[in-house]
Amino acid sequence: MVGAGGIGCELLKTLALSGFQDVHIIDMDTIEVSNLNRQFLFRQSHVGQSKAKVARDAVLKFMPQINITPYHANVKDPGFNVDFFKQFNVVLNGLDNLDARRHVNRLCLAAEVPLIESGTTGFLGQVTVHIKGRTECYECQPKPTPKTYPVCTITSTPSKFVHCIVWAKDLLFAKLFGDKKQENDLFVSAGDGSDSEKPTDIFERGSDEDHEQYGRKIYNHVFGYSIEVALANEETWKSRRRPNPIFLKDVLPERLILQNGNLEKNFLTEDLPLSAMSSVGLSNPQDVWSLADNSRIFLEALRLFFGRREKEIGNLTFDKDDQLAVEFVTSAANIRASSFGISLHSLFDAKGIAGNIVHAVATTNAIIAGLIVIEAIKVLQADFQNCRMTYCLEHPARKMLLMPVEPFEANKSCYVCSETPLLLEVNTRTSTLRDFVDRIVKNKLGMSFPLIMQGATLIFEVGDDLEEDVAANYALNLDKVLVELPTPVSSGTMLTVEDLQQELSCHINIKHREEFDEDKEPDKMVLLGWTAREKESQVVSNGNSTSAAVPAAAEATMKSEEAEVNAEISGTKRKLSEILEATENQEASQILSRPDADNFKNSHELEDDDDDLVVLDNYPETSKKQRLH
Amino acid sequence: MDGEELTAQQTALYDRQIRVWGVDAQKRLSKAQILVSGLNGTSVEFCKNIVLAGVGSLTLMDDRLVTEDALQANFLIPRDETVYSGRSLSELCCESLRDFNPMVRVLAEKGDLAQCEMEFLDKFDVVVVTGCSLKTKIEINEKCRKRAKRIAFYAIECRDSCGEIFVDLQNYTYAQKKSDGTAECHLSYPSLEDAILIPWRNLPRKVSKLYFAMRVIEKFELSEGRNPGELSNFDLPAVLKQRKELCDAQSLNESHVPETLLERILVAGPMLYPPVCPILGGILGQEVIKAISGKGDPLKNFFYFDAADGKGVIEDISNPSSI
Repeated sequence: MVGAGGIGCELLKTLALSGFQDVHIIDMDTIEVSNLNRQFLFRQSHVGQSKAKVARDAVLKFMPQINITPYHANVKDPGFNVDFFKQFNVVLNGLDNLDARRHVNRLCLAAEVPLIESGTTGFLGQVTVHIKGRTECYECQPKPTPKTYPVCTITSTPSKFVHCIVWAKDLLFAKLFGDKKQENDLFVSAGDGSDSEKPTDIFERGSDEDHEQYGRKIYNHVFGYSIEVALANEETWKSRRRPNPIFLKDVLPERLILQNGNLEKNFLTEDLPLSAMSSVGLSNPQDVWSLADNSRIFLEALRLFFGRREKEIGNLTFDKDDQLAVEFVTSAANIRASSFGISLHSLFDAKGIAGNIVHAVATTNAIIAGLIVIEAIKVLQADFQNCRMTYCLEHPARKMLLMPVEPFEANKSCYVCSETPLLLEVNTRTSTLRDFVDRIVKNKLGMSFPLIMQGATLIFEVGDDLEEDVAANYALNLDKVLVELPTPVSSGTMLTVEDLQQELSCHINIKHREEFDEDKEPDKMVLLGWTAREKESQVVSNGNSTSAAVPAAAEATMKSEEAEVNAEISGTKRKLSEILEATENQEASQILSRPDADNFKNSHELEDDDDDLVVLDNYPETSKKQRLH
Repeated sequence: MDGEELTAQQTALYDRQIRVWGVDAQKRLSKAQILVSGLNGTSVEFCKNIVLAGVGSLTLMDDRLVTEDALQANFLIPRDETVYSGRSLSELCCESLRDFNPMVRVLAEKGDLAQCEMEFLDKFDVVVVTGCSLKTKIEINEKCRKRAKRIAFYAIECRDSCGEIFVDLQNYTYAQKKSDGTAECHLSYPSLEDAILIPWRNLPRKVSKLYFAMRVIEKFELSEGRNPGELSNFDLPAVLKQRKELCDAQSLNESHVPETLLERILVAGPMLYPPVCPILGGILGQEVIKAISGKGDPLKNFFYFDAADGKGVIEDISNPSSI
């Protein structure tokens, strides 16, 4: 089992009760309070401990004879290699991020071990079975990689609240409290009357500036002055709503009077976490605060960070469980939103967006766990013919809350399980090797320890044991544009990219292209042959983190086309996605309705003549050619 | 909803589920009083779910002592004879459930719900029964319907690798969210007795075969005075006879109640297929949460799951005139 969280706890319990004797479970996380509403093997007293280990101990209480081997580790660690996976009869995933899922998928393919994937969000869930040579692999239907936003949208032209959150979290919070050495796109030049010869960084605190003054200065700079500077560029606002600069004197006039006032009315006890909300007198995280209250929170949060958490400044990264950080980001995002005419959000909602929180309940996880075990048992019995995928719906579709669907055939163009080359359109004169490695190899292809070759020449690899001169050479290569590499990469070149741990090798044909659309193609590279189109997902880009706010169900079920009706019998063709839409499974239908893929034609059996939803049945003798056996 | 806010502790613990159903629903859950009569693999799954959801209280009734059968698919009972010896299922399950959520009152009540005074039911908003005869289920359902306050009634049964859930919310009104706003929705549920009295030829087309199979077995159990799980393969010939009688009386072709299905259920006897328990217990959990919170379309009025075909189906077995 990979994952001892929401699905993991339910799954381990059900495996144990179903008679499984030898289970290994990998999870890198420790237990948090917000887990306890559904990860029932854990108690308040376990907070901070390893999920895998505590889950094991809990299960042994009611099933003492089972062998459970826990690993408090990241499944992407090199120790979990193909040989490790070969030990198992079946692998069950209960993960919450795409990155790890793809990694496990590749290892299972390499080890030739069946994989059962699953995901849940709220009331939705699904279970899918992947058997090499028989069904599609997890990546045959491309899954959307986490959404990134163009830098200018974040820094200059936000139009959605999530843009404001990303600005507040990845720019402002990072600039104020994070690593000073990190590059930051925030506009920092002072402009209010200081010497224009030498541009100063407004975020540097003067020795005579107290926290209050500093806070006010920052406020006026990021919400007032920066906006005024941006407004000066007419071009930007030709067809966009102009933002309103916001200055403290207009929002909180009383602040001017309280220049040196000590606003610490409250007596914070040691055990209560620092909170700007309680200082200011706001108590309900579900309330949407006014611009004035957001401003108070902003200033108070700043004051508390500098006054009471000074030691952490310079090392902080945003943590959704850090109350003060969440308050700061919420207020900053809201003030910015106010400026740009975007609606404000409550702390509760902002926290969900900033923290990529997936909403979750125990019941869906329990149902999915039961379905996983049913499939796992079939796999162990080599009863592959009867393996199926199952969708758990919020609204019934054709009377069904649990809908079985036949597994899909492998996609012959899947670069993961069928070695088809991909095509990359890139400007070989302006894009660097680093761009290629970061945006394509690591992000899109999901390789962690890649090796890049052109013919027989290694142009790049990642490794700890590289010789100094070799490593130096690679470092040099990274900054070169593609045509200027020692072995030039240009139109017609074929690169081979490999990840030895995942035992995945893939060929990419390069095609030079001059222009790319800044909005639609922010990477300035387009990878083809892998996906025709990607679904837009409302995800905050957290840099390296790939835990998506897109429902986990969406990650695993991006079906381009579902069961198609046998047209001969019923005369009508309806896609699963349409049926779901019609039955108010809006979220599920969005998940399932994607453009593309003529490759994924499936035929299924009708169970009854007036059922135009295609489901699995038990009559193999009437099956069509493409049906799996 | 009144102004009583959730505590900081509740908000922190329930954060992820509040993001699913909202604060108001969570407040209503925290006031709900649930009764479960009969503890087996499926009902303990339900208990776990409802306790994690944060109801006001959960009362368990099952005086039976621990047996091998009772232990199957039950993760609430520590496998330690020194711990469970001499103690009732309700006591043992109660202890474990309290740990799952200290904010929920979990109680064990001695006695048999079938013998209880009607007034006893007034304490509860929801009653769930399992493992008892059809006669008992009907009686308890009737008692629930007679009380002044509406008591939601659920019956759940898992046999082999399939199962059934019955829902009775009496007259239920709720706000249904649609794409263009909310609309008031009114549902009228029949009692268990009325539902199963509906002539089979009046039922919707393609009703799940499980519905009929359950009714045949129930009828047979009734005539033999046995509880769910007490039949075996030896009873097959007699059960088939019962099937013929029923089908003839209802003018239904016997093919709607496959022999293989009946046999499967009988062969299993008291055995449950463990992975089916969380599926049924999960669906039931969701239904009870919906009914208490008033959010979401409750299912009406039967639910079936069969691991053989993997379908989880809702069947509306009610008189069209009463909808």
